[in-house]
Amino acid sequence: MTGITIAGGTGPAGRGGTGRATKAPPLRPQNRQLAILLVLLLVAIPLPLILPSAQGAVAVRILIFLLMAVGWNIMSGFGGMFSFGHAAYFGLGAYTSAYLLVEHGVSPWIGMLAGMAVAAGVAVVIGYFAFRYKLQGAYFALATFAFAEMLRLIVTSTEFTNKAVGFSVPLIQGSSLWKIQFAADSPAYFWIALALAGLAGAASILFLHSRSGRYVTAIRDDELAAASLGTPVMRHKLMTVALSAAITAVAGAFYTQYYLFVNPDLAFGSSVSIQAIATVVIGGIGTVWGPVVGAIIVGSLSDVTATLLRTPPDFLNFLQGRSGLDVALYAILLILIVRLLPKGIVGTAMARWRR
Amino acid sequence: MSNIGNQKGAALAPDAEAPGAASPRGKAPHPLRAALGGGGNAAILKRVAIIGGALVIAIAVALLKSGSGLVVWQSVVTGLLMGGLYGLIAMGLTLIFGVLDIVNFAHGALLAVAMFIAFGVVQGTGLHPYLTLLVAVPALFLIGGVVHRGLLSGTGGGSLENQLLITLGLSLLLENGLLMFFGAEPKTVTLPGDFQFGLFGAVVTGARLYAFVGALLLGALLFWLLRRTRFGTAIRAVAANGPGAELVGINVRRIHTLTFAIGTACAGAAAVLAAPLITVTPTLGEQFNITAFVVVVLGGMGNVGGALVGGLLIGLVEQLTTIYMDGQSSLLGVFVVFVVVLFLRPQGLFGRRA
Repeated sequence: MTGITIAGGTGPAGRGGTGRATKAPPLRPQNRQLAILLVLLLVAIPLPLILPSAQGAVAVRILIFLLMAVGWNIMSGFGGMFSFGHAAYFGLGAYTSAYLLVEHGVSPWIGMLAGMAVAAGVAVVIGYFAFRYKLQGAYFALATFAFAEMLRLIVTSTEFTNKAVGFSVPLIQGSSLWKIQFAADSPAYFWIALALAGLAGAASILFLHSRSGRYVTAIRDDELAAASLGTPVMRHKLMTVALSAAITAVAGAFYTQYYLFVNPDLAFGSSVSIQAIATVVIGGIGTVWGPVVGAIIVGSLSDVTATLLRTPPDFLNFLQGRSGLDVALYAILLILIVRLLPKGIVGTAMARWRR
Repeated sequence: MSNIGNQKGAALAPDAEAPGAASPRGKAPHPLRAALGGGGNAAILKRVAIIGGALVIAIAVALLKSGSGLVVWQSVVTGLLMGGLYGLIAMGLTLIFGVLDIVNFAHGALLAVAMFIAFGVVQGTGLHPYLTLLVAVPALFLIGGVVHRGLLSGTGGGSLENQLLITLGLSLLLENGLLMFFGAEPKTVTLPGDFQFGLFGAVVTGARLYAFVGALLLGALLFWLLRRTRFGTAIRAVAANGPGAELVGINVRRIHTLTFAIGTACAGAAAVLAAPLITVTPTLGEQFNITAFVVVVLGGMGNVGGALVGGLLIGLVEQLTTIYMDGQSSLLGVFVVFVVVLFLRPQGLFGRRA
């Protein structure tokens, strides 16, 4: 996957430049989206130098949400396979890289790649059975949920994964890019997360416009019609699922490195799956930019509520020292969005724009 | 009772009963057959035999593994008693699915709300815990009605995914609302005058027995409501064929709201019955929700009778898991059964493949 993204990342940038200079025909959607992504990345690069350091942590959290959301969106937005268990892939990424680092001293970069492979492999196995037995709608969602919970329970009670304790990343002296460890408020975390998110975004754009992406959106819209035209349904669905899981695993691996700690609930808990879902649904399911908007909203929400509760207005006094307000707020947001803007913020805005 | 079939889910919930669903009272099929969800008697008997056989084998293996008959007997008794409660919770869930086609992810959270209502009333007034049924059940009935009218009916609640997301959001909201107001410390509801007695060696607490009996009684009440009243006939008519029911003058939207309310009231009743057995925390709904989904799928989505049988089975599975696998959570076995059933018999143990 990385190979594809690197090749794609350089190509469109060059083309974007020439396209604008010569006033040539408008960019193909793929290149336009990649160009926008590049601009967004360039804008984001100086952010940690401008923002106060407390906001830096929020920015990194937003990027982690973004990675998860991009991963979920590929499978459930583009592919229409409503996954309720992305915590499985997030957790596999987190645990694979943490295990390799803690037990064998392997660099988290390699751990990340290994985590991607493990997650993709597991996703293909789960996906194969789910598609083989034609689980759909609620049944598919429940099955993915069940697998994530099974992984959580197994990890919680297995010696090999340190049971409920989980893994703590061993601290090193100084900072190291190879070990992805820096001073707590170092902007390097942000830049690494940004690079990963950029690659994931590029992968999702390229995937959407690739042969496989087109097939899978066709399958989403009408599986029977697509199959009768000779689309290899199973293969393309499995590819989609694998890519989605791999990107989600990156989020997990980076999460471990950033927070230096992972346990079964943080990695495999259902709230992880729900965060991925809520982020995309709020932003706009099946859109390229929905995950970005959603991640910014959901990722900053807990910080907003934290500042709100630090100096609460009178009617919120009783909430001081209580947790739950941030999740309650995004739950309300989720319900409102689904009720009022079922296409999400980006989807609705785009529909307006076209009219 | 059996399949509260619905046209969309017809493949999963075969409408053996559909033609009879709108029939006047008294014409209901044989109750056992109805309870097990349509199909020929021979097929049903065969299925019951298979499930019974599997159970016998499972118990035999558990006997070999633990080497103590008493341990297994205790598990079987505890499992069945807890299973009755699971059945009651799942009945509400499956009723909602069968009639409204809504996969209600908020069911567990509503259950938690009811438990906190029970806890609050007991704490505040010193009422006997079971008397809080009189508060919790109507409260949950009302909440259910409001939730359906406010969030799930109308255009916004259209697709399956949307309803799933709305109920998911609702469950997050309720759970975290409880967390905000009551805090995360676990609470307990104690049953005054609780006692223990031995049942052929197994220890049974009064609270557990009451919960089981109460769940069965309420299940029977629901059964009676659906089978023997005009209102129940209307519910089944709506489930079998919404537009058809509308044509013969049934207010479908009203039936939908009432059904949702009854479904959540089931959760409310189960919550009060279960409150003395467990520690009450804001997030306890999640686990019950999962279990209830497993039971619903096991019994066949929309099959109220199946939900009770499924509940008993899952109660057993949970207990036997702890014997089979040392140190594993009892939920693991539940999930294994769940995944196998989802893959091999998504229509449930008692449904027919279309």
